[in-house]
Parts: sequence; structure tokens; C-alpha cells
Amino acid sequence: MGVGVAGAVKTGARGGRWTRDDWDDGPLGRWERVFDGVRTYRMIAAMWIRSTMAYRASFVMTTLGNFAATGLDFLAIVLMFSQIDRLGGYSLPEIAFLYGLSAIAFGTADLVVGSMDRLGRRVRDGTLDTLLVRPAPVLAQVAADRFALRRLGRITQGLMVLGYALLALDDVHWTVLKVLLVPVMVLSGGAIFCAVFVGGAAFQFVARDASEVQNAFTYGGATLLQYPPGLFAQDLVRGVTFVFPLAFVNWLPALYVLGRPYPLDLPEWVAFLPPLVAAGCCALAGLAWRAGLRSYRSTGS
Amino acid sequence: MRARLLRFGPDALGKAGVVGSGRLYAAVAAGGFRRYATYRAATLAGVFTNTVFGVILAYTYIALWDERPHLGGYDQSQALTYVWLGQALLTTMCVMGTGFEEELIERIRTGDIAIDLYRPADLQLWWLAQDLGRALFQLLGRGLIPFVLGAWLFDLSLPASPLTWLAFLVAVALGVLVSYSFRFLVALAAFWLMDGAGITQMAWLAGVFCSGMVLPLNVFPGVLGEVVRALPWAALIQAPADVLMGEADLLGTFAFQAGWAVALLGAGRLLQVVATRRVVVQGG
Repeated sequence: MGVGVAGAVKTGARGGRWTRDDWDDGPLGRWERVFDGVRTYRMIAAMWIRSTMAYRASFVMTTLGNFAATGLDFLAIVLMFSQIDRLGGYSLPEIAFLYGLSAIAFGTADLVVGSMDRLGRRVRDGTLDTLLVRPAPVLAQVAADRFALRRLGRITQGLMVLGYALLALDDVHWTVLKVLLVPVMVLSGGAIFCAVFVGGAAFQFVARDASEVQNAFTYGGATLLQYPPGLFAQDLVRGVTFVFPLAFVNWLPALYVLGRPYPLDLPEWVAFLPPLVAAGCCALAGLAWRAGLRSYRSTGS
Repeated sequence: MRARLLRFGPDALGKAGVVGSGRLYAAVAAGGFRRYATYRAATLAGVFTNTVFGVILAYTYIALWDERPHLGGYDQSQALTYVWLGQALLTTMCVMGTGFEEELIERIRTGDIAIDLYRPADLQLWWLAQDLGRALFQLLGRGLIPFVLGAWLFDLSLPASPLTWLAFLVAVALGVLVSYSFRFLVALAAFWLMDGAGITQMAWLAGVFCSGMVLPLNVFPGVLGEVVRALPWAALIQAPADVLMGEADLLGTFAFQAGWAVALLGAGRLLQVVATRRVVVQGG
């Protein structure tokens, strides 16, 4: 995330004709901008939380709704397992393990930057210009826009499924490394999905109406990762490993934890790559965001 | 005031008005079609997303039917056909909402509905015409391409007889009618609830689960299966799919769909009468 924020902060500052020294690329200046972005994000998110809490009953209902809606996917898996014992050679707890990790990682990204899929709408109706003239990083403003605490529903649901999986998995040989890998997976996976959201928003500067394409990679990706890679065609698995590295969100590290063979004859150490892949994805997303924001031309209306 | 509003309705126009109002609703339907056809990039984006979801679901169904080859009475290629039909009909049937109902709820909330009641057109028929136009566009624009791609990528079980395809289109049309009449009820609930967020969310949940989007309804186990197969949502995707794959008794399926359509449209008519009596138009 760090690089992405830093990149956008600078562009945002320029867009806002800030009085501060915009052109300073020194390490100190860059970190200051990161902190500035985080501070802006916190302030806007806090404002939206306060606004949500003004209607507490509505908040409780929409959170429960989010919890139930996102739980339908798992209900489908449970219904499948009412008819079978194994899917693609995997038991219900093993698939629940994959599902839980995917849901938590995606849910975290959705909570933190999920509102960015509204960027196309802001470009269309011209309200993006308001954000550009404010003396605050645009990325932080767009990411925190309409911050929706109800999205905790998906994370809660994922945590419950993961909890069930951890209790029900009895063949797993837990080592310190495997235990440590679980939180690392969730954090890196969340960062990879954040990068997908930011990259998708950058794409919306160009695509505008076609914002739904993003759903194929965000919601579609999260759905794909709920099932073991062995179910899918080799080319699809190759694509999400080497081109669009969603496989590092949970597949590769989780297969290591479960002691299952990897797809595509990958070596064992790829299970420990997620933090690096996440950093790379965030850097690329940051660059894409910068390029997208630079290419933006307001209609002025 | 209220009585006079209603007297402007198409019933008051007499025989000469029937032709005129037929032309009116045809124009509204054409408008609904054009309105959705305008956003070509959005349509292409939707086609892409539906195709990606179709591919993901298809592989999970292949694994499921590998374990249980005749699950729910389908063989594997029928299960795959079901997946791609589901993706093709998803927006046509508005399973996930985002059809006219959000707009109607907003009009009820803001009071614009008063203007709609002034119009010399019936509320239920107006939105029905609009929704039929929308459904036709989404069937052609968003449904056809993912389905053809699915048939190209996977081995689907498709009928050779044009009559079966015709029967399928009838089932789709009846499904759209059921979908519309249910969503009209949801929208009218806003007369009492004012905020439609809660009820649209409930409708979304029920729609996705009970229409067979998550899993074909004939795979649902035991009593749960019997219940969901009797609910109106079974008319949206399960019924057309079974008609296309020759798994259903035609007349029975049509009767099931038409029965729900008539019941829900009737309920909608009743609710509309009660609701419009509630409308208090504030001046100024």
C-alpha cells in the first residue's frame, strides 16, 4: 500500500495546486506525504462512520445483510457437501480454510478501498473535480469516500468460516512456520486485493462506463480462490499465478499449510512469496493510479 | 382529487383508447429497450464479467458432477448448460435487483410518484412495459454472448428442435413477468417503509438464493429443495433451464410460472389501489 499512497499523494498535491513544496522527491518529503494520506483517510473514514452511526438500526440491519449476502457463497458450498464428501479431492474443512482466507483478504480490501469502484461514476458526474481541488491526497479521499463499516459483515463471516476450518482440520501438521503464515497470508492477500481495487479505479479513468469489468477481477477473483486450484483449467491457474497473481492471496500458501501438492509443479518456497508479490502489486497499482489521474481531463461542467 | 386522478386512467378512455394506450405502452417498452441499449461499454463490461463468472462456476460444477454424476437428475453437460443459462438470464430476470424498482422507490420517497399518478397511464402497466423492454435488451445484449461463449468453451446440452427453443422463449417471457411482478410489490412497499434499502436487500438475498443462482434448485436437499422449487423464484432460471433441456413437463411448467405471475400481478394491483389511497399530495 505504501508506494501506492506515496505516488498518489504527490499527484494529488499537484492537482490541488498545493502551496507546499510539491517537487521535493526526497525521502523525508515522501514519508510526510504518506502520513498525510493516512491522516486524510482516517479523518474521512471517521466522518463516514459518525454519519452511519446516526442511524444505528439501519447500520445493524445493513451489516447483518452484508453478513448474510456474503455468506450465500459458503451456503452453496455447504449445500454441495450435503450431496458429496469431497470436491476435487478436498474435504469441507479444507475448502472452508481456502474460503475463509479468501473472504477475509477480500473483505479487508473491500472495507479499506472498496469504495474506489465508484470512481467511474465520479468521473461521469464531474464530482471528482471537487476532490482534486481539496488540499488532500486524492487517493486517500477516493478510498475513504463513503467508507462503509457494514463491510465488516463479510470479514466476520470469513473469520467464522476460517475458525470452523481451523477447528475441523485434523490432518494438518501445524508448525510455527505454518501458524505464522496464516496472518501473513491474510495481510498480503488483503494488500493484493487492495492493489486490484486501486488498479481497477485507475482503469476507470479510461473506461468510465465499463466499471463492471472490475467485478470480474475483484468478486470473480474472490470466488475463484474459494475453491482448490485443481478444479480449474491449467491455463486459468497459470494466468492467476504468473499474470494476475491472485494465486498468492491464499492458494499457494494455503496448500503449503494443508500439505497439498502445488499446481503447475511450482517449488515449495513460493508459499512464502505473498508479501513480496503484494508489495509488487501495490507498486504497480500506484503507478497505474498515477498515470490514470494524470490522464484525467475534467469536462469543466 | 384522488378519484379524478384515477379517472384519467386508461379504463376511462373507452374502446378508442385501447388502441391508443396499446401504442403508448409499446412506446414505453421501446424506450426501456433503448435506455439500456445506450450504454454499450457498460453492456460489454457486463458480458465480460458474466463470462468470467460462468467459467469459474462451470469448473466447480464439473468437479461436483465428477463426484456425483447424476446429481439432481442432470448429467454433466446439462449442469454446464444450467451454469451458462444462469449467467445469460441473470440480468434479464434482474435476480440481483437494480431494475426499475430502485427508481420507483426513489420516486415514492421523494413524492415524484404524485406526478406519475397524474399521467394518463396505469402505474403497473407503465413499469411493466418499461421492464419488458429492458428484459428484451438484456436477453439479447447481455445474455446471448456469454451463452454462445459458454457453448464454445464447454460441452453444453442444447436441443436441436426449434420448437424446444420456442418453448424456452415462452418460459423466459413468463419468468420475466414473475420477476417484474415480484419487484413491483417490493417497490410499492416503499409507500409504507419510505426507505427501500432494507426490503431491496431482502429481495436480493431471497432472489439469489431461491432462484438457483448459487446452485440448481433440483440439487437442494430434502424439504428445503421442495420449498424452493415451489416458490416464485423457481420460475426465473430453473423453469426456463428445465424447458430448454427437456427436463420439464411443458404445460405444468408454464402453468406454474403463469400461476405465480397472475397471483403476484394481482397482489400488485391490490397493493397499488391501497397505496395510491395513501398518497397525500402536499402542495408547494
